[in-house]
Amino acid sequence: MHPALSVIVFTVASGAGYGLLATLALLAALGTIAPSLPLGLAGFGLALALVTGGLLSSTLHLGHPERAWRAFSQWRTSWLSREGVAAVATYLPAGLLALLFTFFAPGRATLAILGLLTAAGAVATVLCTAMIYRSLKPIHAWCNQWTVPGYLALGAATGLALAFAVLAAFGVPAAGPVGIAAIAALAAAWWVKRAYWSFLDTVPAASTPESATGLGRIGKVRLLDPPHTGANYLAREMGFRIARKHATKLRAIAMVAGVVLPAALVAVALATTQPLASLAAWLAALLALAGALVERWLFFAEAKHTTMLYYGAASA
Amino acid sequence: MTGYVTPRRRLGLVIDLDTCVGCHACAVNCKEWNTGGHSAPLTDLDPYGPAASGVWFNRIHSFEAGEGRAGRTVNFPRSCLHCDEPACVTVCPTGASYKREEDGIVLVNPDTCIGCKLCSWACPYGAREYDEDEGVMKKCTLCIDRIYNETIPEAERVPACVSTCPAHARHFGDLGDPASEVSRLVAERGGYDLMPELGYRPVNKYLPPRPGRPAPPPQPAEPDAEGLTGFLGWVDRMLSR
Amino acid sequence: MERLDPSPPVSDEVKHTTCYMCACRCGIRVHLRNGQVRYIEGNPDHPVNRGVLCAKGSAGIMNHYSPARLRKPLKRVGERGSGEFVEIAWDEALAIAESWLREAREKDPRRLAFYTGRDQSQGLTGWWAQMYGTPNYAAHGGFCSVNMAAAGLYTLGGSFWEFGEPDFERTKLFLMFGVAEDHDSNPIKLGLAELKRRGATFISVNPVRTGYSAIADRWVPIRPGTDGALVLALVHELLKARRVDLDFLADYTNAGWLVIDDPRGPDDGLFARDEAGTPLVLDRGGAPRPWNGEGVRPLLARPATLADGRRAKPVFLLLAERYLDERYSADAAAAITGVPAEEIRGLAAELARVAFDERIEIDQVWTDWRGVTHDRFVGRPVSLHAMRGISAHANGFQTCRALHLLQLLLGAIDTPGAWRYKSPYPRPAPPPIRPGGKPGELGPGKPMPRPPLGFPMGPEDLLVEADGRPVRLDQGYSWEAPIAAHGLMHLVIRNAWAGEPYPIDVLFLYMANMAWNSAMNAAGTVAMLTDKHADGSYKIPRIIYSDAFFSETVPYADLVLPDTTYLERYDCISLLDRPIGKAEGPGDAIRHPVVPPDRDVRPFQDVLLELGARLGLPGMVTEDGSPRYPGGYADYIVNHERAPGIGPLAGWRGPDGALHGKGPPNPRQLERYIAHGGFWHYELPSEALFFKFANKAYLDHAVAFGLIAKAEPIVLQLYVEPLQRFRLAARGHGPIQPPEHLRERVATHCDPLPAWHPPFEGQMVSEAAFPLHAVTQRPAAMYHSWGSQNAWLRQIHGENRLYMNRGTAAALGIADDDWVHVTSHHGRITVQVRLMEGVEPHTVWTWNAIGKRAGAWNLDPRAREATHGFLLNHLISELLPDGRLPNADPITGQAAWYDLRVRVEKAAVAPEAVEPALPPLARPPGLADPPRLLRYGAQFGRSPERRRVTAA
Ligand SMILES: Nc1nc2c(c(=O)[nH]1)N[C@H]1C(S)=C(S)[C@@H](COP(=O)(O)OP(=O)(O)OC[C@H]3O[C@@H](n4cnc5c(=O)[nH]c(N)nc54)[C@H](O)[C@@H]3O)O[C@H]1N2
Ligand SMILES: Nc1nc2c(c(=O)[nH]1)N[C@H]1C(S)=C(S)[C@@H](COP(=O)(O)OP(=O)(O)OC[C@H]3O[C@@H](n4cnc5c(=O)[nH]c(N)nc54)[C@H](O)[C@@H]3O)O[C@H]1N2
Ligand code: SF4
Ligand code: SF4
Ligand code: SF4
Ligand code: SF4
Ligand code: SF4
Ligand SMILES: [Mo]
Repeated sequence: MHPALSVIVFTVASGAGYGLLATLALLAALGTIAPSLPLGLAGFGLALALVTGGLLSSTLHLGHPERAWRAFSQWRTSWLSREGVAAVATYLPAGLLALLFTFFAPGRATLAILGLLTAAGAVATVLCTAMIYRSLKPIHAWCNQWTVPGYLALGAATGLALAFAVLAAFGVPAAGPVGIAAIAALAAAWWVKRAYWSFLDTVPAASTPESATGLGRIGKVRLLDPPHTGANYLAREMGFRIARKHATKLRAIAMVAGVVLPAALVAVALATTQPLASLAAWLAALLALAGALVERWLFFAEAKHTTMLYYGAASA
Repeated sequence: MTGYVTPRRRLGLVIDLDTCVGCHACAVNCKEWNTGGHSAPLTDLDPYGPAASGVWFNRIHSFEAGEGRAGRTVNFPRSCLHCDEPACVTVCPTGASYKREEDGIVLVNPDTCIGCKLCSWACPYGAREYDEDEGVMKKCTLCIDRIYNETIPEAERVPACVSTCPAHARHFGDLGDPASEVSRLVAERGGYDLMPELGYRPVNKYLPPRPGRPAPPPQPAEPDAEGLTGFLGWVDRMLSR
Repeated sequence: MERLDPSPPVSDEVKHTTCYMCACRCGIRVHLRNGQVRYIEGNPDHPVNRGVLCAKGSAGIMNHYSPARLRKPLKRVGERGSGEFVEIAWDEALAIAESWLREAREKDPRRLAFYTGRDQSQGLTGWWAQMYGTPNYAAHGGFCSVNMAAAGLYTLGGSFWEFGEPDFERTKLFLMFGVAEDHDSNPIKLGLAELKRRGATFISVNPVRTGYSAIADRWVPIRPGTDGALVLALVHELLKARRVDLDFLADYTNAGWLVIDDPRGPDDGLFARDEAGTPLVLDRGGAPRPWNGEGVRPLLARPATLADGRRAKPVFLLLAERYLDERYSADAAAAITGVPAEEIRGLAAELARVAFDERIEIDQVWTDWRGVTHDRFVGRPVSLHAMRGISAHANGFQTCRALHLLQLLLGAIDTPGAWRYKSPYPRPAPPPIRPGGKPGELGPGKPMPRPPLGFPMGPEDLLVEADGRPVRLDQGYSWEAPIAAHGLMHLVIRNAWAGEPYPIDVLFLYMANMAWNSAMNAAGTVAMLTDKHADGSYKIPRIIYSDAFFSETVPYADLVLPDTTYLERYDCISLLDRPIGKAEGPGDAIRHPVVPPDRDVRPFQDVLLELGARLGLPGMVTEDGSPRYPGGYADYIVNHERAPGIGPLAGWRGPDGALHGKGPPNPRQLERYIAHGGFWHYELPSEALFFKFANKAYLDHAVAFGLIAKAEPIVLQLYVEPLQRFRLAARGHGPIQPPEHLRERVATHCDPLPAWHPPFEGQMVSEAAFPLHAVTQRPAAMYHSWGSQNAWLRQIHGENRLYMNRGTAAALGIADDDWVHVTSHHGRITVQVRLMEGVEPHTVWTWNAIGKRAGAWNLDPRAREATHGFLLNHLISELLPDGRLPNADPITGQAAWYDLRVRVEKAAVAPEAVEPALPPLARPPGLADPPRLLRYGAQFGRSPERRRVTAA
């Protein structure tokens, strides 16, 4: 699949944003962090900025962004619609929580209710995003049991890494456990992605040129001529191909830069004092984000669509 | 609107791969009809330049199956199959993509489509065509503005691709009616679904190429010890009858 | 809910005319909305296409509105080829053409060479050339399929090509040789559909398995140029198995005609004749008698002694003696063709089984020319069809003759289930027209007594000077090509440039892209068009060209006469040319303007008639010198009479339109055609539908319609006597003899019985250096060069590859998508390959005419057609490797495109674009930048105002 920048940025930013949002909301609900203007501005501000930026970025690839409001109508069948609904629904508790947390000092109960609602909304939204891909049967690389865990784990890992950086910067005591949680989430992401890639490398797609054409009864099927000598929308959208050795290299980069290094840096941050701790924490967060971008790029680039079986692909 | 009710009729195409010569007539006539029809226009980008590409609802591929002489070249037209389980419809966030209850035709409403392209990802068959100029998704309409068109003679109310196909390799009808001509063809010729494993339950069916007919073994030539003389004698005998 | 209108009116007006996106002549309905073309569809009532329409036909809108259309007459002001033109008014253009043409005619009409391409007005253009007085005229047939036409016309009085068709409704076994698309594009497809519906067997003999061959029940991959060997082996096997239709041969062919056996005599190999000149047969009573004598029935296998004591043999005996020889065995053919011997024998057996054991009968009383009544038509349901895979070889004439021989042995000509003549055929074999332009018939200002093209019966009909040199610029009807029934278009530019056999003044071309895809040696041709004498004058002094579009040839003209598109003019698909007759009866058709031109262009036929009138050509002016057809071509179509009562159109003749076939002109004839959907078609009575060559009812009808002169039987010619006359001359008999260097060639190839010889190019180059055959195929969705301007079609075929057998490529270390050098004795190209299974291992092929010269057709100079499209024509030479003889069939002069031999090597570095790349052509004035975005049809849709985002 064509790795469209807007979609990659959207999923990474919103994943990280919702991860950050959910972390802060949960901490607030638990009372682990107390309302504060600077933390509110920085923490919730960053989370909402990422989420909103991501969502806006996602409308960039629409043919008719001005009609985007129509996308909320099909929540009964469409995960994309559900994602929109969930995102918007999450704004309510999240906005309120951010507002109260930053500028007022709401009671514990309010924080708990809003925090839990916000966290639930954030997770639900990321889940919807993941389900958009998980539900696409023509794309073997997406329509499998690893897609949802992958999105959740990466959202959590990048979100927690960001949360750790924010909290560490403010010297909030919760930073420690959050840092440990971030390392755990990064480890989980590492495990999920490894499992995902081994699945991709070993489990072939159900569809083949033979099943796509029904001509397997004659023998092995090869494309002789595509319908048109030129390109078309489908080929541009779905015909993206990445060489094996490229993919392997990028997988390694994503894992090292996006998981191993950030985890190590978080550990460094936990073990050191400011300003080094903050520096390491922010570097970890940025690396995690960068790694997630590479991972997401690969998530598209490595995905093959059954349509390409009609254009000469030997497998889907 | 969630999903749809099982359609009353299942209108669709049956494509005979044993007869299709890959001439692209159906594809071009489809383009011609539809560029001024329900989905007008079927935009072409860079039409006279190096990167010409356009919106087409029907495209003709050709494949080779098997090896050498034992194999076969098969021309393979591909358009929307008007699936009974059209994920292209269910993934659509706006409802612009829908399947009609009365005949099962899958359509896109260009006035509400936001151009998110998700339906094209959801279609395994590559049957959705994005119009980059108009920012909306387009697709085969099963010539909805022909098959019900009361301004054209009744006998001609079939999809453009069907009426134009010079090899009569395309058939149109109600595949929900077991007694219809198309259903009969499918039953007789072993019509099949593309990628049945994905469970989209396409309405359109493909008829497989018939097996070839290898040369029969030569008949033993008549014993002809006398060679040319014998042959000429035979001619004389035959003629003097 | 969606606004959905399931019933929008398609158009506000529907006009019926004839398609011209190719030469198939399908009937179309053009739907117009607000004067613009909304939709073109097949006319269901039309006999040719019965409602279907091919890809090209459906893309007619895009040709009609093409940005490559020429807009105004052009006069060259820069160097030839530079594209520097000025737009001029028609008056000036016509005055220039008139002066050039007048000057040439007054000097020597031969100084005009007038050649036309894919046009359908040869009835007019040939007559114009005759009236002008130049023999240097031909249409595209010479490089197209004259082998098929000539072989058929001399053998059957009809031919494959578009003059006959398999009886698709009844045939049980259809054998197709070397056809990818053919002129009968839609009818063949309709026919194949019919075969499939009925479960008849379809066998395709073709080195490549695509298109029609893809759906064949059996594909027989054959080595190019070897079909003759295969077919004569089938003949051998049939004879050996005694499975031939002796009655058919005796009754309808010249199998029984006696051939003089007098090896040294001047009449050796000619028919023994009585005093009246009637060929003799050995009657079953044992005496030689005129073949058509009362009650005469010939013996086929017995030699005879003639009254003068000379010996003679019936044709059939000669034939049996020759083809029963082991030289023609299946085993011998297997080694040549690559088709296993068992398979050849099996095929022969299958042909015989279907022809004889599965014969079909139609209960229909009919009467033959002798007056004998038969109670049924007996059919041999084996049908053959062949085209350029046979004709485009230098042995194509004889190979096509072999195919006809096979049909005749099976009795499978014009019987139910067999190959059938399409009206206006059959005609006498060959038709009784001799080529005009013998030396004494030419002179300044003088018309020729006969049309330039015809059918020689012997040396006396050749167009040669006393010293044996050709009269015609293209060497047609000379000893190089004695039966050049369509001329040798591929030699015209070369000979005009070389001044051989003489220089000319004006080269007048119409609708032929001679500087590109119909040139052999394309780059060399361009060089000849621009080559100059030492004094700076062009070797070809003046070039006039009529095209409708900015083709590769336009920049090489001195004067460009822009034509209309097919939707803007009258045309006439006439019985005098290549009409739309069917086996069931004659038919013809018209085109008429369905939309007015929006440019300053004129129909070429109008222009030609006007030039004729200005020159005062006979028939084109009245006694007082005023134009005879002031109303242009439409006027001519209605009022011209070739012979009394015979005009361009056969339908609705006579003052009130009541007559068909012959009759005085009808002033309202065109209106009748338009009211009837643009065509006329007549169904023959059922007793006249088969055995037309001998069917009294048919022959009478044909006379009544003016198709043949006399209701005499047409005897099918197994043995073609005119060829023997040329051979005798080569042996030294008679006053007109070939020059020494051609004696041997004429004696060898002018064989009255079909023979096979390996193609010349293959004989002259080394097998080791050029091990592969290279051929082209027509893509169904593209018509020669003129489809590339079409925004829709060029998306389908915007570039081409060299297709190679997967195994062959592997042995050469070539992988899919690799770039390769393809080298012939003449040149080299560098192109990209695609590997496939369905191609004979010694063959490489590509689609024809997809490659374009950069800049032409108003395409972006970086168009894929120029960077990734290529022509094989760069590798093909118009002369044989010896540099002397034409690369053509030795009998007809048919261009031998498919004799090309090449080697293929992997290119060390992949180039950016195909090679060679000729410099880009400059756009002529008047043409605008083509649009970057095409939304054709938006104006008819439900929301034409929808936005436009990207114009990239
Ligand atoms: N390598 C190779 N070369 C081949 C062949 C092959 O098989 N292989 N085939 C050969 C054969 S059989 C043929 S017939 C020739 C065909 O070759 P050409 O006769 O050159 O055919 P086209 O390329 O169609 O070119 C016809 C010209 O007519 C112009 N034209 C189109 N419509 C109109 C019109 O309405 N009016 C006028 N005035 N002009 C118009 C087009 O713009 C174009 O320039 O090619 C030959 N060349
Ligand atoms: N769509 C479309 N239709 C056309 C045209 C076009 O350009 N496009 N051009 C028109 C013109 S001008 C013509 S002349 C006709 C020609 O129509 P066709 O006769 O169909 O011409 P080609 O496409 O040259 O096909 C020749 C076939 O012969 C095969 N072949 C080559 N060499 C041999 C051989 O030695 N033996 C055998 N058995 N087969 C061989 C090739 O593989 C190819 O399939 O088509 C006409 N119709
Ligand atoms: S028109 Fe018919 S024969 Fe031609 S490509 Fe389409 S389905 Fe095949
Ligand atoms: S073929 Fe594709 S677009 Fe058509 S209904 Fe099925 S899934 Fe939808
Ligand atoms: S592109 Fe249009 S039709 Fe397709 S899913 Fe998006 S909104 Fe629906
Ligand atoms: S049914 Fe109509 S829209 Fe669909 S492929 Fe055929 S012609 Fe095109
Ligand atoms: S075959 Fe196609 S292009 Fe040729 S006349 Fe018929 S419809 Fe037109
Ligand atoms: Mo041709």
